[in-house]
Amino acid sequence: MSAVLDPHGHAAPGGHAHDDHHDHHAPTGWRRWVFATNHKDIGTLYLLFSFTMLMIGGLLAMLIRAELFQPGLQLVNPELFNQFTTMHGLIMVFGAIMPAFVGFANWMIPLQIGASDMAFARMNNFSFWLMIPAAIMLVASFFMPGGAPAAGWTLYAPLTLQMGPSMDAGIFAMHILGASSIMGSINIIVTILNMRAPGMTLMKMPMFCWTWLITAYLLIAVMPVLAGAITMTLTDRHLGTHFFNPAGGGDPVMYQHIFWFFGHPEVYIMILPAFGIVSQVVPAFARKKLFGYASMVYATASIAILSFIVWAHHMFTTGMPVTGQLFFMYATMLIAVPTAVKIFNWIATMWQGSMTFETPMLFAVGFIFVFTMGGFTGLILAVAPVDIQLQDTYYVVAHFHYVLVAGSLYAMFAGVYYWMPKWTGVMYNEWRGKVHFWWSLISFNVTFFPMHFLGLAGMPRRYADYPMQFADFNAIASIGGFAFGLAQVYFFLFIVLPCMRGKGEPAPQKPWEAAEGLEWEVPSPAPFHTFENPPRLDATATKVIG
Amino acid sequence: MKSIWTKPAGLLLAAGAAFSGAAHAVNDLPGGPAVRQLNLPVGVTKVSQEQYTLHWGLMILCTVIFIGVFSVMFYSIWKHRKSVGHKAANFHESVVVEVVWTIVPFIIVILMALPATKLLVAQKDTTNADLTIKVTGYQWKWGYDYLKGEGEGLSFISTLLPEHRRLSDEGARGEVPDNYLLAVDNPLVVPEKQKIRIITTANDVIHAFAVPQFGIKQDAIPGFVRDTWFRAEQTGDFYGQCQELCGKEHAYMPIHVKVVSAADYTAWVDQKKKEAAAKQDDPNKVWTLPDLLARGEKVYAANCAACHQANGKGAGPIKPLDGSQVVLDADHTKQIHVLLNGQNNGAMPSWKQLSDTDLAAVASYTKNSWSNKTGQIVQPAEVLAERGK
Repeated sequence: MSAVLDPHGHAAPGGHAHDDHHDHHAPTGWRRWVFATNHKDIGTLYLLFSFTMLMIGGLLAMLIRAELFQPGLQLVNPELFNQFTTMHGLIMVFGAIMPAFVGFANWMIPLQIGASDMAFARMNNFSFWLMIPAAIMLVASFFMPGGAPAAGWTLYAPLTLQMGPSMDAGIFAMHILGASSIMGSINIIVTILNMRAPGMTLMKMPMFCWTWLITAYLLIAVMPVLAGAITMTLTDRHLGTHFFNPAGGGDPVMYQHIFWFFGHPEVYIMILPAFGIVSQVVPAFARKKLFGYASMVYATASIAILSFIVWAHHMFTTGMPVTGQLFFMYATMLIAVPTAVKIFNWIATMWQGSMTFETPMLFAVGFIFVFTMGGFTGLILAVAPVDIQLQDTYYVVAHFHYVLVAGSLYAMFAGVYYWMPKWTGVMYNEWRGKVHFWWSLISFNVTFFPMHFLGLAGMPRRYADYPMQFADFNAIASIGGFAFGLAQVYFFLFIVLPCMRGKGEPAPQKPWEAAEGLEWEVPSPAPFHTFENPPRLDATATKVIG
Repeated sequence: MKSIWTKPAGLLLAAGAAFSGAAHAVNDLPGGPAVRQLNLPVGVTKVSQEQYTLHWGLMILCTVIFIGVFSVMFYSIWKHRKSVGHKAANFHESVVVEVVWTIVPFIIVILMALPATKLLVAQKDTTNADLTIKVTGYQWKWGYDYLKGEGEGLSFISTLLPEHRRLSDEGARGEVPDNYLLAVDNPLVVPEKQKIRIITTANDVIHAFAVPQFGIKQDAIPGFVRDTWFRAEQTGDFYGQCQELCGKEHAYMPIHVKVVSAADYTAWVDQKKKEAAAKQDDPNKVWTLPDLLARGEKVYAANCAACHQANGKGAGPIKPLDGSQVVLDADHTKQIHVLLNGQNNGAMPSWKQLSDTDLAAVASYTKNSWSNKTGQIVQPAEVLAERGK
């Protein structure tokens, strides 16, 4: 095959006059990956890395669900349980979802805007390889004295001040991952703003590029805020400062304000690129242009701006003044408006289309349907007086898994199926893809839907053991959880791996009848170097005309 | 709602129960969670009842919108397929439509915000309380101090029953009581139909005081005080749990509030005051070792065994007491200092809320248990002497 595993750059017809020249310089073997500067190779590295982390984080989730299968402690002690929940959150957010979207950005943005590569190819290499030591530090913290951090992924002070040395490793890992994210974002912004092919104006850009451009700005704005919060935690722990330590006059609630000033934009960082992918997949399979392109761009920008003024809805129970609660309640409810606009636009795109339901479309429609449930529970949680009952219960756990798993992860699956023919040069097995979709959709809902009931009944999150009345729904959730975990192993072994090995039907240049965009103007698999000379584009900036 | 659900839920659950082997019957816990409860509790305060109603309103509104929007989508999926020969239309823009579907959701959220605002303002009004109680979160128990109103001056600690904690370690097998993990030694007692203001704070890390049946949840933050309130309209037992991750025993610090009639409350206050007077230990009393050990064993089981284990060996990061130099040291002040002030940034918390006699008893107990056979006896006066330092 191709751009993924084989030595690169052969037999690529059309538009690659300089291939040979580059080939002589490009390293092979392990050097190809360690010294990678090619956006496609780095994209592959990002995607494989994030899938590895998804499996590690998933393993922790399986352990959590196994412990919660029945009341009483069967497998782990409560201390280890807290380590599992904490590391599951950190690994999934910082190790799986965020790097996966950077992987998509690396692969697709240059192809979609007709650029030869990312703007800063060597920095691109650095920002990927920085993540490896960080990931090792995170995962290895389980083997440090006292075990992994157990203060929850939000790392609330002053509980963090009681943690063992692994907390410092965790903080250091966050610092490094943050630096990597910031570098990745700068790269994406510069690439999009400076390297578009002539004729690719901003308002003609594919939605995926738009959502990533906005996401990258969010990342640059908030990652330093997280770094600040955890640095203050670090100095509180070791240098005798008292930012958050009440024993010295510090304020634990200030930590939460700083953390969520990062944390709320962060949730949009994890969903906006997903919106972008869905906005590409739905028109391709509805055989109809995206409805309301401009309003989609404006809605994305509005969500990004609003995301900076809603952070304290995570803190309704900390006891802020009534005016504060009212402000954050109103601002949060407001986000429902641009989000609704996006949903309506997708449905209007499907309306009067000529739809087919290959796996990418299934995941995109599944995304719209299930993500909207997560959106509605978000709206209910935004209502402060009701949130008082639901804060820190399983309702919140259900809500954010509906938006992060059925949201971000489903959109990524849609993206993988949509673009994998371009990446690997072979078609995935359609039947297996459909099995993966239905298996995931059903097991996901079996896992997380009962959690709404648990939360409404008052079961707190992060509990290693629970009253008997919660037993049945927990057993159901655990069974669903194991099935969902298994589905993702199936996805890798039986769908992704065969494609990476080049097994399957050869993919045509444009496997999807109505897909639009410059990525379909290069052969499948995408040659090692593409668009080395800026292409000339047609008026819609979706086709190369010479 | 419940009746619709019973059948499919029952089927699923039969399967679940067969897997889990949780064959023994569990009953609803009045004032606590019901078996397979599907919705918020109605509760016994006006606030909780209004939360319940508001939540239903939101649920219905969201469900109607959800069904409306997705009927359109699924109709389209059904009719506008290539396989049924549908040809794609070519429209992809309409300013009018965009404006309409921006304004309509905007109006809907405003409609949602109105009742929410009213309830929120009511919920935050903690003025004119009949009784004020300070609730202190400790790792991992609750302290209750009656600050103002009838019962002023009462103060006690409330802990999960140790047999429930043990049951949890054993995997909750056999006969498990309905109030599993919710039963405490000293419940918070309050009179019905009076406005109770709860002031929360914490001793170590953030905890959260929550009782779903009252519709309250308030973080207890070390170094700060926050408040909330409730007025229970009927008597009974009501349960809650800590709702902010507070370390290893987070799941084991329940809240039990007993709401009683005004007369019963007065009687309870009198009895409690008498007990407190009788219990007051003279810190200058000189104890014999066997008496002190007997008392120390109880103090240890209630406060220390959760971390240091009954065998004194600790676990993981928790240091062992068996063979510990600090415990064995002939200089008693070293151990007393740790007991009073904590150690390792509060990983070992401060226990200064315990009485001098209790601390002396537990110190003596650890010095003479397991392989520790020092024969040393720590008298309450020694603790008292260290307290001020």
